Amino acid sequence: MKLRQLSLFLENRPGALRLPCQVLGAAGIDILTMSLADTQQFGILRLVVKDADRASKVLEEAGCVVKATDVLAVEVPDRAGGLADMLGTFEGTGLSIEYIYPLVAGHRGKTAVLILRVEDPDRAAGLLAGRKVRVLTREEAFEAVGA
Amino acid sequence: MPPPDPSRRFHPVSAPDYVPAEQLRGLQLERLQRIVRRAHERVPLFRTRCQERQVAPADLKSLEDLARFPFTLKTDLRDTYPFGLFASPMEEIVRLHASSGTTGKPTVVAYTQGDLDVWTEVMVRAFAACGLHRGDVVQNAYGYGLFTGGLGAHYGAEALGATVIPISGGNTERQIMVLQDFAVTAICCTPSYFLHLTERAKELGTDFSKLRAGIFGAEPWSEAMRRRIEADTGVKAYDIYGLSEIIGPGVGIECFAQSGLHVFEDHFYPEVVDPASGEVLPDGAEGELVLTTLSKDAMPMIRYRTRDVTSLIPEPCACGRTIRRIRRIGRRSDDMFIIRGVNVFPSQVETALLAVEGTLPHYQIVLTREKGLDEMEVKVEVTPEVFSDQIRALEALQHKLEQSLDHTLGIRARVTLVGPRTIPRSEGKAKRVDDKRQI
Repeated sequence: MKLRQLSLFLENRPGALRLPCQVLGAAGIDILTMSLADTQQFGILRLVVKDADRASKVLEEAGCVVKATDVLAVEVPDRAGGLADMLGTFEGTGLSIEYIYPLVAGHRGKTAVLILRVEDPDRAAGLLAGRKVRVLTREEAFEAVGA
Repeated sequence: MPPPDPSRRFHPVSAPDYVPAEQLRGLQLERLQRIVRRAHERVPLFRTRCQERQVAPADLKSLEDLARFPFTLKTDLRDTYPFGLFASPMEEIVRLHASSGTTGKPTVVAYTQGDLDVWTEVMVRAFAACGLHRGDVVQNAYGYGLFTGGLGAHYGAEALGATVIPISGGNTERQIMVLQDFAVTAICCTPSYFLHLTERAKELGTDFSKLRAGIFGAEPWSEAMRRRIEADTGVKAYDIYGLSEIIGPGVGIECFAQSGLHVFEDHFYPEVVDPASGEVLPDGAEGELVLTTLSKDAMPMIRYRTRDVTSLIPEPCACGRTIRRIRRIGRRSDDMFIIRGVNVFPSQVETALLAVEGTLPHYQIVLTREKGLDEMEVKVEVTPEVFSDQIRALEALQHKLEQSLDHTLGIRARVTLVGPRTIPRSEGKAKRVDDKRQI
């Protein structure tokens, strides 16, 4: 049920983002989705790739600080209120969402797939299953982006 | 014979500044013999070191014999923290001061009433050498407290007969208001803080026309900075030298000639040594300044290694003083630096980083001067151990590092997280301090 996301530390200076992208490109690793969080001083690049272990290795060899985190790929109906309904799952559970970014839209007709980072992914997956929200397996997630 | 002081107001307390050299050497030897005997009798560390070097107070027959005696190091003060080098019982000690040190433990210094009288005397002589006298209004913007700067300057200026404003450091707007409204004629502070004051005063359109002298110390500053201060403000900028281990401010001072700092060598005996071998160097040669207190009872310092690099100027000064001068101090023989009057060793920064991260990350200290105020930035390389995918976790780390530095050093430093292997390394060892200040 869980996907492995790689996070990279980036300094806030020109060229900082390009380096890891070049490294992955040279290794033939395709970035399936990404999000970039930034502060005044530094940024964190979060990536989903198919071969997280190999990506991690080449990035570390290139001098990057990499951290792997488990995230969930969650299917949300692509309609008004779809995201709000899914988020309703966590109301009153004390489980908070760290961040969300999209994996793909227009999946299986009218759904979107979002990457969800929560403190306790196993518990979140259980709660979502209880609400009949579909959490994609790794294979399904990769398939959704044609990888 | 009246000295050729342009202020034409000779202060009687300055008399020892003009003692003939032979007479001064006699006095120094007499005092040196007494203080070495005292330290030997009362300070176990000094006695043990003397025994190791097979030297005793009786061997001190000339000033040159001092070279046979062991050095005292800053680490000796730390290792015997807090009172291990005291030579007087607490009943006779009337004041303690302290400066920051590694692992958060300060170095403690002590004074008897007699020691405080000596301190006041040298500070009066220092102010007098800068042409101050009764009638001057002195704004003392050195910090009051454990730091020796505030109280040292305070008692000296008061004993001189000047009017003292004990404003202490900080609060720039109030400093400027007082400078103007109280018709201040002399100010004591760090030179960088004075630049900050003048820049802010310019913005406010404040008039400092009464101010004629600045007694600047507690941090290194250059001739270029002096020229800038004097050209911008018309204030004559004097360099004062001192360190708490010896007494505080008042070890040395510039006179109107502004050509080296006169050392009050009837109380502080200067030697210049080769920092590597410890050999005494001849007058004029550059090396590390070593000072011996000749008349301080509570905490005699025998051959204290200041780590300040200078040379002794034996030639007579235009002002007529016979006490020797040292060249202005531009650098140190170790990696210590001074920021906002606080002595900082990179090892202290390491202690602070280690306390947060558990292991020591690669780091670099960057010193800059912004609007006349020294800023310290510590760049810390992010390691996989501390890295997180969450912004707030990294911001919390940054904050914790800043707090730890503040706690250990007593000054605020900005922490910047940087990528791995971005800090330059030379021969595997990182360049610890990048001092970009224009001093």
